[in-house]
Amino acid sequence: MAYDKFTVVKSTAVPLPIENIDTDQIIPARFLKATKREGFGDNLFRDWRYNNDNTPKQDFVLNNPIYSGKILVGGTNFGSGSSREHAAWAIYDYGFRAVVSSFFADIFKGNAINIGILPVQVTPAFLEKIFTAIEADPKAEIEIDLPAQTITIVASDESESFDINGYKKHNLLNGFDDIDYLQAMKEEILTFAEAKAV
Amino acid sequence: MANTLFDKVWDAHVIRKIEDGPDVFFIDRHFIHEVTSPVAFLGLESRGLKVMFPKNTFATADHNTPTINQHLPVADPLSANQLQALESNSAKYGISHWGLGNPKNGIVHVVGPENGITLPGMTIVCGDSHTSTHGAFGAIAFGIGTSEVEMVLSSQCIMQPKPQSMRINVNGKLNKAVTPKDVTLYIIAQLTTAGATGYFVEYAGDVFENMSMEGRMTVCNMSIEMGARGGMIAPDETTFSYIKGRELAPKGEAWEKSLAYWKTLKTEANATFDKEYTFDAADIEPMITYGTNPGMGMGISKHIPKATDLKGGVATYAKSLAYMGFEEEEAMIGKKVDYVFIGSCTNGRIEDFRAFASIVKGRKKADNVTAWIVPGSHIVEAQIKEEGILDILTEAGFTLRQPGCSACLAMNDDKIPAGKYAVSTSNRNFEGRQGPGSRTLLASPLVAAAAAVTGVVTDPRELMN
Ligand code: SF4
Repeated sequence: MAYDKFTVVKSTAVPLPIENIDTDQIIPARFLKATKREGFGDNLFRDWRYNNDNTPKQDFVLNNPIYSGKILVGGTNFGSGSSREHAAWAIYDYGFRAVVSSFFADIFKGNAINIGILPVQVTPAFLEKIFTAIEADPKAEIEIDLPAQTITIVASDESESFDINGYKKHNLLNGFDDIDYLQAMKEEILTFAEAKAV
Repeated sequence: MANTLFDKVWDAHVIRKIEDGPDVFFIDRHFIHEVTSPVAFLGLESRGLKVMFPKNTFATADHNTPTINQHLPVADPLSANQLQALESNSAKYGISHWGLGNPKNGIVHVVGPENGITLPGMTIVCGDSHTSTHGAFGAIAFGIGTSEVEMVLSSQCIMQPKPQSMRINVNGKLNKAVTPKDVTLYIIAQLTTAGATGYFVEYAGDVFENMSMEGRMTVCNMSIEMGARGGMIAPDETTFSYIKGRELAPKGEAWEKSLAYWKTLKTEANATFDKEYTFDAADIEPMITYGTNPGMGMGISKHIPKATDLKGGVATYAKSLAYMGFEEEEAMIGKKVDYVFIGSCTNGRIEDFRAFASIVKGRKKADNVTAWIVPGSHIVEAQIKEEGILDILTEAGFTLRQPGCSACLAMNDDKIPAGKYAVSTSNRNFEGRQGPGSRTLLASPLVAAAAAVTGVVTDPRELMN
């Protein structure tokens, strides 16, 4: 599935200072019944966002118009649990392009990059600074610069660098995905499979 | 440098190493189910790609299948649509498909091993995090996302950086009523839900050496709940005799050849791991969880910890206990239980039903409990009947449902109602996992059985002679 290239995202951010946000919260299983990748953003954080009668829960951050933006900031161990890529689809479909946390669960991190969301892992101290900055001013902007691999709280100019491997960075900057890469090495795969005689 | 079991299997499957990037990693066996595959097939279609090795992919319907009246059309149109998509995609690309009604149908991680598809030394993936189950055979097995399902279908490869290695040793003799589920809940409580993120785990020590294949699968299954990509156990005679004679396992000369290779799959004596933990079997008692992640577990006779005794996350802890309706320092024993669920790819195998029946035998289901007893596959269901377990269950007032994931993730009608408490042998106690507002207490089949006959959280040791 093609996605938009990622270079620099400068945006306000939505804070969710909760630890261990698992993929069952990001998108509950009962919303996984689609056979197409459409409309998942409507059910992002469904049970935190809506009451049983489908009215919005007023105290949940996505229902608070003060907060908006392309960056979601979550507590540590973001995305644990199920491998459902639907969690990443829901985040993307809602309009986020980056998720910031001090720690990500493995499968979520891989799924996010594969569909064009940048997971930005910062130190716990910097994560606190971001939460504090947004708390002080919900319109505080965060800048994520993928080419430079930096994340900056714009108002205070505090900044930190983050890791990403060169291959994945190249993919995100160009909107490529792994399937393009694998298709280009089909012969090599066939030779390997034959030698293995599977 | 001396190699670990994990190194041996991983390195044998790397086709290309990308500098400053992942390995191009060859996959031997690919399982698909109805929920995470439809979009992958759409992707194939929109790119005009084919399935490269259809014989290496196996499809089974499990996540949103009903567990009663499976002979009738599936009522929920969305579920029916997904099941239909799995069937037609499999037919279109020549993938073997075990749909509803097929005698081989069942939960993907139960049917793979019991049909001899899962073998030592293999790389196995599925769009489902509990694929780690298959590591019990000394395979590298892990869950993948739908984009990766599309990769495996189209190229039999995925791109993965090699994880770090961890070894978890548990030595000694297990206490009374301590099952493999308790061992894994204990380990996760020690390491926390993120304690093994970035690692691939090898389980070693006499506790695992003495464990049945069913038990090893339970342990490897839960590896993901401490963040690990997967877990594995070196194959041995227990493994080989489990596999021998299974329908799709190698036979004759191929068996001998495979066996010779499988016997080499061991961690060398002086190999080192990036991280290593050692636990004493004597410290483990029957476990139960009290919170909203699988790391929030404790010995069943203990009291819920105080927030101030935790390493951090006090705010989240309070939120979690409020969701569960529990307080710090409360005992779990004696808490009222509304539902009992035995099943799932964690504890839906024959041994689990034997354990459940051992406690239920000669007792009656508690009136306040609704029990869902769900075999992991039709093969397990048949064993339950053959071994007379069904008679024990029926006598005690229980009924047996048909195979599927069921209340493990509540995508079908098997949903625990909001606010109700369920003692569940599944793997996740996240908020709403078993239905919106449901409250899950993860435990072993013995603890589940004790709750089912007493109606409250009960120490199973009290019901055993
Ligand atoms: S039983 Fe539960 S954990 Fe296992 S495959 Fe089904 S939904 Fe996933």
